[in-house]
Parts: sequence; structure tokens; C-alpha cells
Amino acid sequence: MRNLNLQVRRGEIFGFLGPNGAGKSTSIRLLLGLARPTSGEGFVLGCPAEDVAVRRKIGFLPEDFRFYDWLTASELLHLHGRLCGVSSHDLHSRVPKLIDLVGLLPHRDRRLKGFSKGMLQRIGLAQALVHEPELIFLDEPTSGLDPMGRRLVRDILRAERERGATVFLNSHLLSEIEITCDQVVFIQEGEVVTTRDLRTKNEAELHVLIRARNLTSEAVDRLSSWSASAVAEGERLNLTVPSSDVLPDILRHLIGSGADVYECTPRPMTLEELFVSIMGKDTGL
Amino acid sequence: MNTWIMAAITFREAARKKILWTALLAGIGFLAVFGIALRIQIADFSAGTPPFVRYQILSGMLMVGLYTVDLLAVVMAILTSVDTIAGEISSGTIHAIAAKPMSRWQILVGKWLGFAGMLAVYVIVMFGGLVAVTFKMADMSPQHPVQGGLLIYLECLVALSICFLFGTWFSTLTNGVIVLGLHGLAFMGGWLEQMSGFTEGSRLATVGILASLVMPTEAVWRRAAFLMESPLAGSLPQFAIFTDVSIPSPEMIVYAASYILAVLGIAAYHFGQRDL
Repeated sequence: MRNLNLQVRRGEIFGFLGPNGAGKSTSIRLLLGLARPTSGEGFVLGCPAEDVAVRRKIGFLPEDFRFYDWLTASELLHLHGRLCGVSSHDLHSRVPKLIDLVGLLPHRDRRLKGFSKGMLQRIGLAQALVHEPELIFLDEPTSGLDPMGRRLVRDILRAERERGATVFLNSHLLSEIEITCDQVVFIQEGEVVTTRDLRTKNEAELHVLIRARNLTSEAVDRLSSWSASAVAEGERLNLTVPSSDVLPDILRHLIGSGADVYECTPRPMTLEELFVSIMGKDTGL
Repeated sequence: MNTWIMAAITFREAARKKILWTALLAGIGFLAVFGIALRIQIADFSAGTPPFVRYQILSGMLMVGLYTVDLLAVVMAILTSVDTIAGEISSGTIHAIAAKPMSRWQILVGKWLGFAGMLAVYVIVMFGGLVAVTFKMADMSPQHPVQGGLLIYLECLVALSICFLFGTWFSTLTNGVIVLGLHGLAFMGGWLEQMSGFTEGSRLATVGILASLVMPTEAVWRRAAFLMESPLAGSLPQFAIFTDVSIPSPEMIVYAASYILAVLGIAAYHFGQRDL
């Protein structure tokens, strides 16, 4: 990690994105005190990352979601709840509700050893929530889940946000991030590349498909005045523009160059397209 | 508080994973075999066997039995704990636990206490069982049984602490190789000390003592054996199986206890510093 400076607003679902090896899991481990920085410092909820007491307010679902598999689902939540300082009395009422919330009530007394990957991820999410934390770190929380499970996690995260919790979400499933998160940050090689607020309708970075005949390479080249990426394939011209304001100029330019324009379809870039445009092509690890 | 939660869960793990029960079952099998051997030996004594010889043979059998209990207990300490820190680090199981509001040393000490509790149960059942079987069948008991039993337990705690120490550094397999290697070194060191007594070679004794300082398990056993052996063993070396000429001093026991604290301290420090 280098010069990683993140600010996450309380009560939001924050997406943490980057290619493999960018340092996403390492960042979470640093913030949870599982790894130590060679230099620099991190603050979580206003406290130094190595402060043990602040972890009482933090929930964490690790990427590999390995737990003591000789415990039952119910026992695991009791253990983690007790370690976070929740009283046995409170756990007695809270644990069944949580197990029900993650859809594992029929399996509450089964040992984790017999659980599938998806079931482990569900119970792992429950253990991260058992002490009603203020801040929840989730490292790839839906990687082992089916579509119904993903929807369930999405609903739980929204409910946690309603409760006032902050969710720090690290995931490669960009479609999930797109419909769940309020804000995302892209990191590469341990540094923040850009930040996006997904709550506001962002006119920026429109993807435009133009279908036209008689496109000349000269006319396509001159599109660089409005678009950083313009690629022509036969009659199809794909380009990215900073906003819809430039579209009339582009069309005037193409028609003026002698092209016959049949279609112009602008649409917002998906998070995946944005991710690829920011990170560039995969050049291997 | 969290230290005790970790201790309780570790003890429960041993019971739930059937480690303790399987070991106790195997131990009861050993006690049964020992009892049968004792019965056969008593039946084989003829009316003309001198009481002195009879006593020494049964006493020797008791010491062999106690040595076996000691060996089983140390092996139990190593095999059950070798994976606890190293395995949880490599599998990632430690992540969810270490992210909880407790210091790393609490995890380590809690787990150590859990294993120490499990080993206490094991030593009480095995040592107590052997003493009870011998008393019932041969009307004989070791000298200073409480001190002897406690020293066997202390030896287990030394092995346990070493497993914890290297578990914070190395993988399960490497940890096991190191700890068993160190126990082998201690075993050799003990016999070197014994042999030095025959030849009065101080250099050999020094090598043996150095080995015992590196890993004091065997020295603790030899002190335990000295305390438990028949008083005749000291006066008649031909009847002493484990302690004929070189007896570890009480200071060695103090050293072993300090060794445990030092090893646990280093383990806790390193576990607290390393990345998980």
C-alpha cells in the first residue's frame, strides 16, 4: 500500500474496488490490526487501527470465511458474541433471530463441518453482525452465494445501513456493488485512483453507440476532440464521452464529414465499464 | 474475560473433536495391558521368591509404567497442540478471532490454558489410573506420587509451550518436526548425563546438561523418576532404571517452570507482532 487515504462517511455502504493484487484485502487487514503497516498509520472510527477496544464496534467477515467447524451455527454466534462483549442473556434472544435472518434457522444446531460454502458465508455474515457493530468490513461477502443469497445479503446490508451502521464492502462482483453501494473507490497498486458517488445521478462517462455509413478514418480520428476512446468497427462506432452535452457537436462533425448517421444511443457506463476504463486492459498479474 | 472464553472453547474443542476421549480410551487400554502384565508377574512368583526380589521387580514394572504414562502425556501434549496456532494461521481461521476486541496474547494464553486443562485431565486419569492399578494389584505405590505426577504434568507444559512458540513462526508440519526433534535432543541429553556418571566424564555431562537447558523435558522426567523410584534404587544402582547416577537438581525444576514462562512470553510477543 502507498499513500492510501480513504474517508468513509458514517452510515453509508462503501465499495472498495480494484484488480487482483491491488491491496484491497491487505487494506482491511491493516485497518483491523491483522497486519501492521511498514510505515504510516490508520484510524478507524477515530481510533488508531491497532486499538483493541475499538474492535468492539467493528464486525468482520474475512474473505476465506473459515471458522471453527466443530461448532454448530448457534454456538459459533454465541462464541463471537461473547468475545465482543455481548451478554449471554442478549445472545440468547439475538442469535436465533440472526440465524433466521441469514436463512439458516433449520440448520442452527448443525455443525459447520457439514456446511456448504454458501452456508458458511451466510453464518459468517451473521457472526459479523452479532454484536450490532457500527462498522462492518465485508471481504467478498457474496462470492459463494447463489442469486437468492446475494439478494439476501443486499437486503441485510441495506437494513444495516438503516440501523446506522457503516458497511465497508470489498467485492469483485461489480453488479452487486453498483446496486448496493453509496460510494465506491477504485484502488490500483495500493493507491486510490478515483472515487465515485453512486447516489447521485452521474451524467459523466456516457457510453455512446453510433451506427453510420461512409465513416472515414479521418473523421473517427478527429473525434478525439470530444472522446478519449472512439473505436469504429464497420458501421458501428463506440465511444465514451464526458457528458451528453457534446453529442450534438459529434453528430454535426460526422454528418459534415459525409457520414450517413442512422442511430445514436447514449447510455450511462456500467460500473464494470468504468472499472475497465480506469484500470485499463488486463496485462496479467 | 476473553482469555477464559478462549481457554473454555479450546478445552471444548478437544472434547468435541474427540482428541481427549480417544487418547483416554487408548490410555485405558494401556492400563488394562499393564494390569494384566502385573497380574501375570505376580502369579509367576514362586513361593521361594525372596520378598526383596519380588519388591524390586514390581517396583521396576511400576517405573516402566510411569515412564510410559510420561511418554504418552508428552506425545499427547505435542500432537494435540502442534496445529493450534500454526494451523489456524495457515487456514485463515484465526482472522475472525484475531479481529475481535482482544489482544493477541489473550488468544495465545487462552488457548494454552485450554490445552493445559485438557492435559491435566489426561495426566490425572493416566497417572492416577496407573497408581491405582498398581496399588490394587500389587499393594504398592510410587514414592512421592503427588510430586511425581506434578512433574510429569510440568513436562507436558514445557512441550506444550514449545509447540505454541514455534507454532507462531512455522507451519504445522515444521512445528511438529522441530518440537519432536527437541524432545529427542532432550532424551539424548538425559542419557548422556547418565553415561557421564559411569565414566565420570564431565565434558559428556556438560553436553547433556546443555541439551537439557535447551529442552528440559527429559530432565524433569528424571527428577520425577528419582522422586518416585524405590528408595533402594538410589542405594543399589543395579535396581535403578531411570536415575542411577545423574539426578537433576531441584533448580532444574525451577528452570523448567521459568522456561515455560519465557517461552510463552516470546511466543506471545511474536504472535502479537506478526501479520496474520
